[in-house]
Amino acid sequence: MHHLIERRALLRGGAIGVAGLGLSGLFPAWAQSGSAGLAPAMPTLSGDDIRLTIGQSDFTVGGRSAHAITMNGVLPAPLLRLKEGQNVRLHVQNTLDEDTSIHWHGLIVPFQMDGVPGVSFPGIKPKTTFLYEFPIRQSGTYWYHSHSGLQEQLGHYGPIVIDPADADPVAYDREHVIVLSDWTFLHPHQLVVKLKQEGGYFNRQKQTLAGLLRKGDPEEAMSLADRLMWGKMRMDPTDIADVTASTYTYLINGHGPKENWTGLFRPGERVRLRFINAATMTIFNIRIPGLPMTVVSADGLNVRPVTIDEFQIGNAETYDVIVEPTEDRAFTLVAESIDRSGMGRATLAPRLGMTAAVPPLRPRPTLTMKDMGMGGMDHGSMPGMDQNSMPGMDHSAHSAATAAGAAASMGGMDHGSSGSMAGMNMRDKSKVPPTVKVGVGVDSIAMAPVDRTGDPGLGLEDVGHRVLTYRDLMSLTPNPDKRPPTRTVEVHLTGNMERFMWSFDGEKFSEGVEPIRFELNERVRVVLINDSMMTHPIHLHGHFFEVVNGHTGSHPLKHTVNVLPGAKLTFDLTADAPGDWAFHCHLLLHMHAGMFRVVTVRPLQGEAA
Amino acid sequence: MTRTLILLTATAFAAPALAQHSGHAPSTPATTKEKPADPGVPTAPHGAPAGATGSSAQSPAGPAMSEQADPHAGHDMQASPPASPIADPHAGHQTGTQPSSQPASDPHAGHDMPDMPTQTDPHAGHAMPSSEADTGSAAPGHEPGVPDPPVEPPPAAALSGPRNAADAVYGPEAMADAREIARREHGDIITYNVLIDQLEARVTNARDGYFINAQGWYGGDIDRLWVKTEIESDFGRKPEQAEVQLLWSHALDPWFNLQTGVRYDFEPSPSRAHLVAGIQGLAPYWFEVDGAFFLSEKGDVTARFEAEYDQRITQRLILQPRAEIDFALQDVPEIGVGSGLSKAEIGLRLRYELVREFAPYIGIEYNETFGDTAKFERAENGDVSHFSFVFGVRAWF
Repeated sequence: MHHLIERRALLRGGAIGVAGLGLSGLFPAWAQSGSAGLAPAMPTLSGDDIRLTIGQSDFTVGGRSAHAITMNGVLPAPLLRLKEGQNVRLHVQNTLDEDTSIHWHGLIVPFQMDGVPGVSFPGIKPKTTFLYEFPIRQSGTYWYHSHSGLQEQLGHYGPIVIDPADADPVAYDREHVIVLSDWTFLHPHQLVVKLKQEGGYFNRQKQTLAGLLRKGDPEEAMSLADRLMWGKMRMDPTDIADVTASTYTYLINGHGPKENWTGLFRPGERVRLRFINAATMTIFNIRIPGLPMTVVSADGLNVRPVTIDEFQIGNAETYDVIVEPTEDRAFTLVAESIDRSGMGRATLAPRLGMTAAVPPLRPRPTLTMKDMGMGGMDHGSMPGMDQNSMPGMDHSAHSAATAAGAAASMGGMDHGSSGSMAGMNMRDKSKVPPTVKVGVGVDSIAMAPVDRTGDPGLGLEDVGHRVLTYRDLMSLTPNPDKRPPTRTVEVHLTGNMERFMWSFDGEKFSEGVEPIRFELNERVRVVLINDSMMTHPIHLHGHFFEVVNGHTGSHPLKHTVNVLPGAKLTFDLTADAPGDWAFHCHLLLHMHAGMFRVVTVRPLQGEAA
Repeated sequence: MTRTLILLTATAFAAPALAQHSGHAPSTPATTKEKPADPGVPTAPHGAPAGATGSSAQSPAGPAMSEQADPHAGHDMQASPPASPIADPHAGHQTGTQPSSQPASDPHAGHDMPDMPTQTDPHAGHAMPSSEADTGSAAPGHEPGVPDPPVEPPPAAALSGPRNAADAVYGPEAMADAREIARREHGDIITYNVLIDQLEARVTNARDGYFINAQGWYGGDIDRLWVKTEIESDFGRKPEQAEVQLLWSHALDPWFNLQTGVRYDFEPSPSRAHLVAGIQGLAPYWFEVDGAFFLSEKGDVTARFEAEYDQRITQRLILQPRAEIDFALQDVPEIGVGSGLSKAEIGLRLRYELVREFAPYIGIEYNETFGDTAKFERAENGDVSHFSFVFGVRAWF
């Protein structure tokens, strides 16, 4: 509590001085405390031969220092600036005492260059150098990070910008890379231990008795009846993020809120911001108060421009936005963690040293019926519902009359109706196919999951301004593969909050699961059903897939997709990359806890070793 | 072209920010009179002709669109691909011409849905926004798209080739080692916990003493080695009660563990060993419960049931009611236990978490013995029930 008050007070304080530029040696050129933007003259790593040295360095934030795992001695790692059509050779030297690896996130590379130990290669042993070599077949904003252990949490990540071979359809005068991440002074393995010992360990925003008695607190606005219902399920409706600001400092380009990374602009310029969420366990809500953002690309690939005021970015997603500040003043860039326990903060300004007001943290969101996986239910018929059949459930809602009923009760906004949920089975095995093992690791099953591509993300439904949803995204170019998918593969996202177990289809990777198998060039539809009550950013290596959001033929192509709780998210995939590929939740600790699979694409063709 | 697009959307900046979701003060005339709701709420009947929601029906770009701050204003300038000529998957829903068989993989299997198609339609169970009413994020043109094809096993060709693609590149041995590490690092987490739930002094109107109740575990998600101990003593004397349990804990479901093993009582004398079988876990409404049967080497059967509840008053101040009830199947006079309900302890502790792992507390504890146990107790020290004031610390690591 005190901690939060201090933090909020600190953030309300607003004008916090810019850190001295004397720190500059700690940051790569592109992430200097005050940056004029990416420039051709900037000492980035480019060309056909790039050398990266992975080692330990000291990292300082908020006046405290600790060991970090860095590349070329800086955190975040150097910007790799590549050109579509070139070949690149990356010599990666491991000076650590443990294995390491680099995964080129979102890059289309031969499987043996994908950098996942135990899937695509053996890993990089201590005191050895590994040569990655592959052609660059795309352009856009990507990133690179370790796929070994929990090194990513220790600073092993950096941005990649690939310039297109032809003219860039996006016009801009200046660009900044915005790498979002989370930093803790706890050892990452300690995070895991704490979460295994006490699932809600880092949550300092739980519901309390004091809150129940306090009127008007939006974080506590839940009736006693609803609290009891959640309690009966042994679910915490405030469990939004597993790891929170109680241990995390949220970084923007390696700078904490006090260090205030500042990106410069001249009023009237079109500034391209390349957002990369390189965080371990944090989904961010991004906004720049006073400055609308026009999204021009998602996960590196161009989308039709869409102007919004805020967007949620899952771990490993990237978004490029254009902002056009016309006033000669500073703007605060806010990266609020999804649970609103804290924020990353940076400044866009015409001159160094200028700051703008830092908005206070907004109230913590609370999970709703929709997050519980009941978005597709007509709650009006809940009384009398038994555990196996749902009389009165309106599965089609195709008439205007039932639509009105559903509208009145959907989304969990109408808390008054949920008191009648007594007797409902929140773990009904009949709702999942037999391929899902409903055991110790599965504490809930979504009764009626729904398409949530039109939803902006937890807590962003009522913020009073435009928030990006997946349904806003349309590929700038028509989807290349016009064939309809021939079969569906259904994957359930499952977990146990209390034991901190995470899995696909109820089975951890460590249990020796079979891969998900695709035939080369097969057109397949993958349906992700989130049975858990957390948002999971799901990443498939080696491919881009089309998020089915209603824009047939212009679906956005992504490599990572944020799946909301209680959601049924569909993507179509052309399995055109032969080999073995990782498929996992990009919340690193969820992956580490078992939410990981191998996807195989066979036969292997034309793949020269 | 794109530049033009951006400029067009930029004209929207001047417009008042418009909520991005249907239900936020919708401003289009076509909106129905429903109360605000989440996006995805049906706001129009589905009988609309398929073309009506297609991208071909987008209004021409221009000022009229930017008044609504439609993010897709101007997108029409980009020739959008024609909507795929897929029949509206909802056609026929009301006539029930679709097969009603539910494949096992259907998440709605088991629901009574006579008019659902065999394949799960991504929009089953919710309606899609339509252009007339969807003022929000969905561009006009959000459409049902291609219905889900059937769930089927992969084609035979997907099973061809080597089992592990990287073996041919890096050698099977190096890959086998790396695969085992990868397997372990994705779910095989071995960890531990030591919890000193009660470490307290007890002040009564008789003799003051101390009490320790601690447990620890080591292992994975399913199987754990579990140790429990309780020590109760008056100050300056040897403990009245001192026991250690060594248990194998096996997860039964998301919340409960079966625990079996041995218990050894150092005190009271004569010391004795027991076999233990119990259930420990988290009951609905967040009650921590632990119940166990004990079979002693002498053939005596006793049982113990404990429950705790943490009521958060603030994020750090926690009120913990606690109860423990002991039973015995028979009299065990040498240790002062009588058959039936033998003993009950009810406590209330108020702790303050300085950090999660360390919380000093104060509280009260009420002890009562029953039946023959009370008789033995009276004979020994004449005190069948008493209140204690307790203070101590709860800690874990």
